[in-house]
Amino acid sequence: MSAHTESHDAHGGHDHHDDDGASHSTLKGYMTGFFLAVVLTAIPFWLVMEKVIPNAQTLAVVLLTFAAIQIVVHMIYFLHMNPRSEGGWNMLALMFTLIIVVITLAGSIWVMFHLNSNMMPGMSHQMTEQQVKNLP
Amino acid sequence: MNMPDLAKLIFGRLTIEAIPYHEPILIGTFIAVAIGGIALLALITKHKLWGYLWSEWFTSIDHKKIGIMYMVLGIVMLLRGFSDAIMMRAQQAMAFNGNPGFLPPHHYDQVFTAHGVIMIFFVAMPLVTGLMNYVVPLQIGARDVAFPFLNNFSFWMTVAGAMLVMASLFVGEFARTGWLAYPPLSGLAQSPDVGVDYYIWSLQVAGVGTTLSGINLLATIVKMRAPGMSMMKMPIFTWTSLLTNVLIIAAFPVLTAVLVLLALDRYAGTNFFTNDFGGNAMMYVNLIWIWGHPEVYILVLPVFGVFSEVVATFSRKRLFGYASMVYATVVIAVLSYLVWLHHFFTMGSGASVNSFFGITTMIISIPTGAKIFNWLFTMYRGRIKFDVPMLWTVGFMVTFVIGGMTGVMLAVPPADFLLHNSLFLIAHFHNVIIGGVIFGLFAGINYWFPKAFGYRLDPFWGKCSFWFWLVGFWVAFMPLYVLGFMGVTRRMNHFDDPSLQIWFQIAAFGAFLIALGIGSFLVQLWVSYKRRDELRDVTGDPWHGRTLEWSTSSPPPDYNFAFTPVIHDSDAWWDMKERNAGRRLEGYLPIHMPKNTGAGIILAGISFVFGFAMIWHMFLIAGIAFVALIATAIGHTFNYKRDYYIPADEVARTEAARTEELAAHV
Repeated sequence: MSAHTESHDAHGGHDHHDDDGASHSTLKGYMTGFFLAVVLTAIPFWLVMEKVIPNAQTLAVVLLTFAAIQIVVHMIYFLHMNPRSEGGWNMLALMFTLIIVVITLAGSIWVMFHLNSNMMPGMSHQMTEQQVKNLP
Repeated sequence: MNMPDLAKLIFGRLTIEAIPYHEPILIGTFIAVAIGGIALLALITKHKLWGYLWSEWFTSIDHKKIGIMYMVLGIVMLLRGFSDAIMMRAQQAMAFNGNPGFLPPHHYDQVFTAHGVIMIFFVAMPLVTGLMNYVVPLQIGARDVAFPFLNNFSFWMTVAGAMLVMASLFVGEFARTGWLAYPPLSGLAQSPDVGVDYYIWSLQVAGVGTTLSGINLLATIVKMRAPGMSMMKMPIFTWTSLLTNVLIIAAFPVLTAVLVLLALDRYAGTNFFTNDFGGNAMMYVNLIWIWGHPEVYILVLPVFGVFSEVVATFSRKRLFGYASMVYATVVIAVLSYLVWLHHFFTMGSGASVNSFFGITTMIISIPTGAKIFNWLFTMYRGRIKFDVPMLWTVGFMVTFVIGGMTGVMLAVPPADFLLHNSLFLIAHFHNVIIGGVIFGLFAGINYWFPKAFGYRLDPFWGKCSFWFWLVGFWVAFMPLYVLGFMGVTRRMNHFDDPSLQIWFQIAAFGAFLIALGIGSFLVQLWVSYKRRDELRDVTGDPWHGRTLEWSTSSPPPDYNFAFTPVIHDSDAWWDMKERNAGRRLEGYLPIHMPKNTGAGIILAGISFVFGFAMIWHMFLIAGIAFVALIATAIGHTFNYKRDYYIPADEVARTEAARTEELAAHV
């Protein structure tokens, strides 16, 4: 905030400059990012529309992979993130975000898988005698 | 268009029947609130305070004033939440032997839901946010938060959410589902009324405020620390605030998302959590606790910071184990995301899942225990002064350790199968929330009050408040542990077994003692105001503090610090006093400050109208309000008159007055 910048100046001891290590935006960078984003969107669209991969599960995995690459492209070319930007804070925040997202998603899938197979056995398959015994 | 259609278009499902005029308790409350409210408004008008309140407080973007307003909101809502509590205790103490008590079940269900929602979202959250708002910029040597306007907007969104909850008392009804509104009970099929909609929209509106204030404070701490204050030189309260705001930013979007899904189920006919068409109510429980468990730590981490400051100040010692305190806080923050399933061990995820989450839950008690030992070792061989904040801290240590141990008991899945949803659980979480959060907030209020208002709080009434709360807590909740072991479940309206009654009567007496504690606190505020000249703090440092907020005057000037301090130590102010670093008295420069704006309160007011209209299905008004909301927000971006300069000679005058005051004192 300006009050902070200003107070730095007031002291005169702290040379304020904007070089915080973030990569600066260039037309070339934005065009590369845009091109990659379009390609990474067009391929999944084509995969779905032309039914290239018949197996739904494989298709889902492929689409999710493209989505994940898309996220990385956005972060590098549009958000100008790199390991040094903002004095490393961006990288730290990204690591924390990834940890939380992985915990939340993996944990929820694990928990819900067990809950569904224990408590809603009729939904996916017939209950075996063994499963009935193991009901909590 | 005929009349009924027109009425439906404008009023949705709101009819005169929604006013609960057939319920004497509510009508009585309404009359009392109305008379009190009119008296207050009349008083403000008589003393011509509207202009003052508007220009000095409501539109203020000074972090100090917003912090105080958060505290006022929290204390007002505490009175509401506590009156719910005392009604529940009275109902349960008398509803035996065929006596139905005074609260019919559908009303009782609203009371316990409102109690939980209000105490967490509109008491604990505003009080914690208020303390962080007031203290953090002062502790890091900043002149305001990173986004001052956003701060004002966040506050008013929280108020708008609180007002929606309060409106449910007199227009329609509140949810009857318990404080987390589990489906399918909260779904359209089981709760077709407006109660759950009040719940959803009040939390969504307030949630915007919470998330934005989390972002704001995080940016403030990361970007605006005074030169020299590296991460490991930050005061502990700032550290715990930092991690709290990280948790807020990571957790609250989950709450928002899960409430959006519930709202879609109720408004748009989707089936995320319904019983039919592939809906899965267990997913709601899973998601809401992914938010809910970090929320517990969002509340308790800042007060751990308060205790750290208080214990070091009143033991006249540097905090024992600063680095271990920081690492313990970080570990708690990450682990708080790995334990959410312990809230639903009994839902049936089986042995492997339950044991994982049971063990992570037990692990979290290790860093918490480390903190307790750090505080004890800080006190060890310290010159302890038992002022009121220190009393609360010692009371906390005794009470919170018991609460933590019952928590570890509940973390054992087989034990949880017996204790789940019993009064043992109720006793446990009140043990940690009252013994931890509430005690910490009172410690913080007593500790920082002289900084905020320029006079200390009266110690006699402070001690009364402390002892009533402490004894009241034990008397009110120990019977609940006993009843929980006997298998009595929570949320019961009446009981058949007369042998239980005595325990509920003891608990009700405890609640009465807590009421005296709250009353003593209000008396303390009043008496301190009356005696403010005797209790005056001219030095700005009434407790011989250690951190930077005590280096400025009490109350601090608008700009907090005439010169940004330079930091050499984690106890920056103590270090300055040791080195006899004098105040710099010349060479003042004009100070760049943000300007007040009414946009925050206007946006929040429109959000209130939007939420209310959505609750009652007044979709025309909701649409208009939404458009107005967007338009006002865009309009505000064209306001370029956002800052001003405090001229250098005004700063010089303010600082000269302080120099004179300090000289007169010595």
